[in-house]
Amino acid sequence: MRISLFITCYNDALFPETGKAVVSVLERLGHEIEFRPEQTCCGQMHWNTGYLREAVPIIRHFVRVYQDAETVVIPSSSCVAMMRDHYVKAAEMDGDAKLVAEVEALLPRIYEFSEFLVRGLGIEDVGASYPHKVTYHASCHSMRSLHLGDIPIRLLKNVRGLDLQPIQNIQECCGFGGTFSIKNADVSSAMLADKVRNVLNTGAEVCTAVDNSCLMHLYGSLHRQRTFVRTAHLAEILASGHADSPGVVA
Amino acid sequence: MTETSHHRATILASIRLSLGTPQTADQIAAEYATIKRTYRRYGTMNHDELVDFFEDRLREYDAGVYRAELNAIASTISAILTKRGKHGLVMPSGIPKSWLPQAFDFEQIDDEDAYRIDRSEGVMTGCTVAIAETGSIVLQNAPGQGPRILSLVPDYHLCVVRAGQIVSQVPEAFDRLAGSSSLPTTFVSGPSATADIEMTRIKGVHGPRFLDVLIVNDATA
Amino acid sequence: MSELEVHATEWHTRDFPTAAKDLLQDSQTRKNVQHATNVIQGKRNTVVAELPDWEDLREAGSQVRAHALRHLDYYLTQFEENCTRAGGHVHWASDAAEANRIILGLVQKHQATEVIKIKTMTSEEVGLNAHLEANGIRPIETDLAELIIQMGKDRPSHFVAPALHVNRQQVRAMFQREMNLPDLGDEPEDLATAARNYLREKFLRIKVAISGGNFLIADSGGICITESEGNGRMCLTLPDVLISIVGIEKVIPSYRDLEIFLQTLPRSATGERMNPYNSTWCGVHPGDGPQEFHVVLLDNGRSPILADKEASQTLKCIRCAACLNACPVYHQTGGHAYESVYAGPIGAILTPQLQSMKEGRSLPYASSLCGACYEVCPVKINIPEVLIHLRGKVVREDQATLGGKLSLWNIGMQAAAFLFKDSGRLAMAEHMGQIGQKVLVSKNGFIEWMPLMLSGWTQTRDLKAMPAQSFRDWWAKEKSPNASANLRAEGRSND
Repeated sequence: MRISLFITCYNDALFPETGKAVVSVLERLGHEIEFRPEQTCCGQMHWNTGYLREAVPIIRHFVRVYQDAETVVIPSSSCVAMMRDHYVKAAEMDGDAKLVAEVEALLPRIYEFSEFLVRGLGIEDVGASYPHKVTYHASCHSMRSLHLGDIPIRLLKNVRGLDLQPIQNIQECCGFGGTFSIKNADVSSAMLADKVRNVLNTGAEVCTAVDNSCLMHLYGSLHRQRTFVRTAHLAEILASGHADSPGVVA
Repeated sequence: MTETSHHRATILASIRLSLGTPQTADQIAAEYATIKRTYRRYGTMNHDELVDFFEDRLREYDAGVYRAELNAIASTISAILTKRGKHGLVMPSGIPKSWLPQAFDFEQIDDEDAYRIDRSEGVMTGCTVAIAETGSIVLQNAPGQGPRILSLVPDYHLCVVRAGQIVSQVPEAFDRLAGSSSLPTTFVSGPSATADIEMTRIKGVHGPRFLDVLIVNDATA
Repeated sequence: MSELEVHATEWHTRDFPTAAKDLLQDSQTRKNVQHATNVIQGKRNTVVAELPDWEDLREAGSQVRAHALRHLDYYLTQFEENCTRAGGHVHWASDAAEANRIILGLVQKHQATEVIKIKTMTSEEVGLNAHLEANGIRPIETDLAELIIQMGKDRPSHFVAPALHVNRQQVRAMFQREMNLPDLGDEPEDLATAARNYLREKFLRIKVAISGGNFLIADSGGICITESEGNGRMCLTLPDVLISIVGIEKVIPSYRDLEIFLQTLPRSATGERMNPYNSTWCGVHPGDGPQEFHVVLLDNGRSPILADKEASQTLKCIRCAACLNACPVYHQTGGHAYESVYAGPIGAILTPQLQSMKEGRSLPYASSLCGACYEVCPVKINIPEVLIHLRGKVVREDQATLGGKLSLWNIGMQAAAFLFKDSGRLAMAEHMGQIGQKVLVSKNGFIEWMPLMLSGWTQTRDLKAMPAQSFRDWWAKEKSPNASANLRAEGRSND
């Protein structure tokens, strides 16, 4: 299968290792990866902050770049949620019937990375090994928009040597919420404190998730408090355990 | 009156402006009929199971629950009242005389004298329908149940429920209530409670704090 | 703390971030709120899990409410006709002032100097109590929580459990003082008994009662009120005169529709299969209850909301407060941070709309868009969708002003949009960032301080410095079709 990787704007600049891990896992499974350099952003930051009109050209750009892609895989559930929950509405708001049709044609070919492995390829064991104590943080979009259920857990359970610790209050938001973390920094920090406490209570060395946005937020506090707990995107764990794999960035 | 009708006109005009082209009553009724009602109307338990289930729910509310055959109502009520230390109760009109045990004082109240009712030891009524899933008893202004004040002000309520009045689900109860929606109606699900203090459910705020339910086996009815 | 410290908040004086920052300092309130919401949430989840048809009930409830709103004028006039035929008097109030005028007039007509009240947020919304007091009439709250609020000269913070932010030691202190019970214990039973005795004589004596209404029933002309304590039944049954103030949006087409809401409302609001008492009545009934009944239908900003196709779903709300209990933001701040009668997720969308976006403009941003509210809403209000829609309104209105156009946020967002439309621009911005950040990056490779509004991040969080090479640059160098040639030139291969 020829898989088109949408890296996402923030992964591109801040978490390139996640992208490398996605490429590594999918190539190891025998698929061809392409990267369209014209890609930019899914538009959620503007849309969610209320800059609705400004988001439309960004959305149109995404749709144009991937219109003829066979499959698009995205290591970010919030970006996929943006597409599934809001792209049609944004196109309708703009009165662009052609864009609406293009979006509707493209959406069935878009997958979040872990969703692609399990629902797209039917694979739950990618042959990884990662002998560490890990806890899984369920991001809100992965739970409530994508309904991933236990897909990430099933993938983690097949990683050799990985000791998976469940987290309490998994349903409660970590407090990132995009620009919410700036506009309501105090409340965001309070929510983060509760989530970090839950992470620490698991005794895990590493906290993982399918969204680097949440992980960036969590690590911001874990590091500030000098807890020495690390975060790592699920893809990086799934890429681990091979001599030439990018592995997890410490 | 002119002031109110001015506000009435303003509000209706504002609503109609917001909603756009109005539909006819028939069109509205037709749209109402298309509402998807796939929720359960009826339960799956047989009647004996249902009555047992209802009893369990009542016990969860700390209501007293008793059973009697049709010919043992009075004697059972006698036992219930003895256990509660009651000498008599007030009641609405329409309570069958055969229900009333001899040694007790039953006073029929036909008015709404709140202070007199407040002085009573308790009240006895029948009911219109009972719901097993929620442990609810539905009272209406009807013979054997009386006005709302009568089952509200006393601290003790003895309610006689015929087994045939017990349904499984809330929608099923509404089937039975369809014709009497204009009557003052009260759904009672356990003695009054509040959860306002640290979310602890406390019984005994304003309504009757003590509730006994006598389920009468009217299998033949 | 031994003394109750009250938050006699004014509505709409501070924006949410400011109010929240203040309330985050109040650890007693936060503890009370978290305990209360955790308890209700746990109970709610249990009783919802019992119903195999919960999603069917939600869907039906959503459709019934949406249908009623789509034909609101029709159903309101049907209600008016049927209620009047049953002996009730129907009044219409466009705004708070008119509602207060009508109710005051009715109370004065009966020369009452005291009235008993059932909890109704609608009366809070119009400021009824203050209006009555200013005219020499004493309104007496009879819900335990509202009594607590009234005695503490406080404001409600949750519309199902308004005193959720208060604990029992604080309540006991208040009751000791206001009810003159110096030896009062602080067990919940002691407090409930004190309230029962205090209020009983008032129920039996006071002739005029004021209530709200959970539902207006069009086909019967009736009203439904759901409650737990019995004070509702007392106020609805014992007085001579009953006045109900109800928002126009509360109408349902038929009595039978209660079969849905009497399942979804108690389970959502208090986590019970059924709340202790539900009362329905139509107009007046000879020999049973008040012989004079008035209902005041309140608009106060609701009807214009119907015109907004995206946001009119807000009015489906049946005031269960499940969204408050589920909201991680509400968990942290409690209700007073919203500085309005309606707090939490529903408050964040209802309040600004009732105020025609003139007040509460920060409320649509008081959310991380986590979606927990939508998940629990028994009438399926897509609150995150409405939040984003209202954010859109706030942004567009701000952009219409010079100050808004030139604000840091707007400039920043316009600049970001410019970059996101073209990958070449974006790549260049990344490169500039990689260089520019160096001044902020400390020796350990982290950014611990950022300027302007970004300092909100670094107050409590570090930020790992941007890696030296972006993914797209790595791909171009190592993986793209040109990469092989480049690598060979460097003496490497990518096989």
